[in-house]
Amino acid sequence: MAKEVKKLNLNFGPQHPAAHGVLRLILQLDGEVVEKADPHIGLLHRGTEKLIENKTYAQAVPYFDRLDYVAPMNQEHAFALAIEKILKINVPARAQYIRVIFCEIGRILSHILNVTTQAMDVGALTPTLWGFEERETLMGFYEKVSGSRLHANYFRAGGVHQDLPKGLDSEIAEFCQKFPKIIDDLETLLTDNRIFKQRNVDIGIVSKQDALDYSFSGVMLRGSGVPWDLRKSQPYDCYEQLEFKIPVGKNGDCYDRYLCRIEEMKESVNIIRQCLTNLPKGPIKTNDGKISPPSKKEIKQSMEALIHHFKLFTEGYRVDEDEIYTAVEAPKGEFGVYLISDGSSKPYKCKIRAPGFSHLQAMDYLIKGHMLADVPAVLGSMDIVFGEVDR
Amino acid sequence: MKNLESLEKAINSELTTKILSSKIKHDQINICIEDNNLIEVMIFLKTHSTTKFKQLIDITAVDYPERDKRFKMVYLLLSHENNSRIIIEFDIKETEIVSSLTSIFPSANWMEREVFDMYGVEFKDHPDLRRILTDYGFKGHPLRKDFPLTGHNEVRYSEEDKKVIYEPVKLEQNYRNFDYESPWEGTKYIKEQTKE
Repeated sequence: MAKEVKKLNLNFGPQHPAAHGVLRLILQLDGEVVEKADPHIGLLHRGTEKLIENKTYAQAVPYFDRLDYVAPMNQEHAFALAIEKILKINVPARAQYIRVIFCEIGRILSHILNVTTQAMDVGALTPTLWGFEERETLMGFYEKVSGSRLHANYFRAGGVHQDLPKGLDSEIAEFCQKFPKIIDDLETLLTDNRIFKQRNVDIGIVSKQDALDYSFSGVMLRGSGVPWDLRKSQPYDCYEQLEFKIPVGKNGDCYDRYLCRIEEMKESVNIIRQCLTNLPKGPIKTNDGKISPPSKKEIKQSMEALIHHFKLFTEGYRVDEDEIYTAVEAPKGEFGVYLISDGSSKPYKCKIRAPGFSHLQAMDYLIKGHMLADVPAVLGSMDIVFGEVDR
Repeated sequence: MKNLESLEKAINSELTTKILSSKIKHDQINICIEDNNLIEVMIFLKTHSTTKFKQLIDITAVDYPERDKRFKMVYLLLSHENNSRIIIEFDIKETEIVSSLTSIFPSANWMEREVFDMYGVEFKDHPDLRRILTDYGFKGHPLRKDFPLTGHNEVRYSEEDKKVIYEPVKLEQNYRNFDYESPWEGTKYIKEQTKE
């Protein structure tokens, strides 16, 4: 006589250290095999889109830092590009290069965090400690250029807030010298590590077709062998002038996604290096007084500059009636902003397309048939940050 | 993206009457359709050999409370083969029900749940239309323009009850929305002069 098998419902999170934030995952288990996963999200929902509708364009920028808070500037970039396209602003070359440098720093920041925490989820603690030291250096660059380590509020429509402080470019260059060695060190700990491979190889396999159907982007898509990167296919800012490769995975499992991220970090260092050597001189934001605020010196000497300053910081600049979708290749995938402006100084509607949202949606599909212990591995390789999933 | 115009033409000639209007803006195709043609248009755009918009990027709605057809539904698609994007739009009334895309794109599931949560638009044949981002037991649809920015309820931990409780929002200071657009109207005589 067959024994009756009782199904078990398990509540994973929202206070679970491997849930990468506030994910509540309701798992239906048959023994140790996961039969169904139902992610409950929204525990970090702050109504960003509603808040942005009530703020001027300049005031909306800091909200983008708080979406994917491990790579803040990449998100600001999407918003800045959307406004620039509507207003048809030409961004000075130097500003474009600075933005690309900091976007790539953001990519490294995000990938270090992800790779090392993924390792921690499957049992390796050392990579986290090593990786976080480098993140600290990188956040130091953020601080030097914008005044804060995380929530930078640095990109503006038409450029960046201020120029690089003296000596920062050589500091970043020095980091680019040292960092590849650190990646190699991390790789010696993980890439051929038996336990790491046992936990990741052939886990959470995504086929090409499913990756497309589930709206995957970024590493989740490239890990499955689709060569698609917005920096190459729909280049923005100065990416067209830079040379870099797009690492693509083969099997679409957690391990391939890890390898893609490691390679992407190396490419990012490469991009930063190119930007630093080619960094042009000149202005760092558009000189259109109706959009970018005047310098302090000008305010004291010119009446017009004073009026501009006053208008920009009370009413804010107006954006013509238009509708646009712009996307950038954020570290986690395609981060897009769908903006509807109505001619006033506040956006009428600002929909944020977060890559993590579609990735997490596929959790049920990815984890079905796997063991309970694979849940953190799959979750780790998806690179979920709840700031952007919940918005 | 140079063949965007020919792509737009191809879509127009294949779908003909199903498309109300189409234009190219910011290197993207915008088309307006009727709401009851949604499924056919989507299947065509996804599967036809010239279009191949295989990825659904996002679904959202826009609220225009003053209009008769209150919501504008917006669908964003991406084609890797053509390296192009398309925006599909149509207007619906507040009470209308939209067909769900979950059978064509599995990723539409959460996106439609989000639209339902944020705007209260319902979807036909959706397998699991629950709220997604807001709290358990939440009332109202936050992204509607008539929903107050501060919300209706606030939560706190009650020391007496030893649990988290919900209370109506009490603000120490009312939310202030300054109108900066016309802080100074000018003196009357200048206005009169400019009128002449």
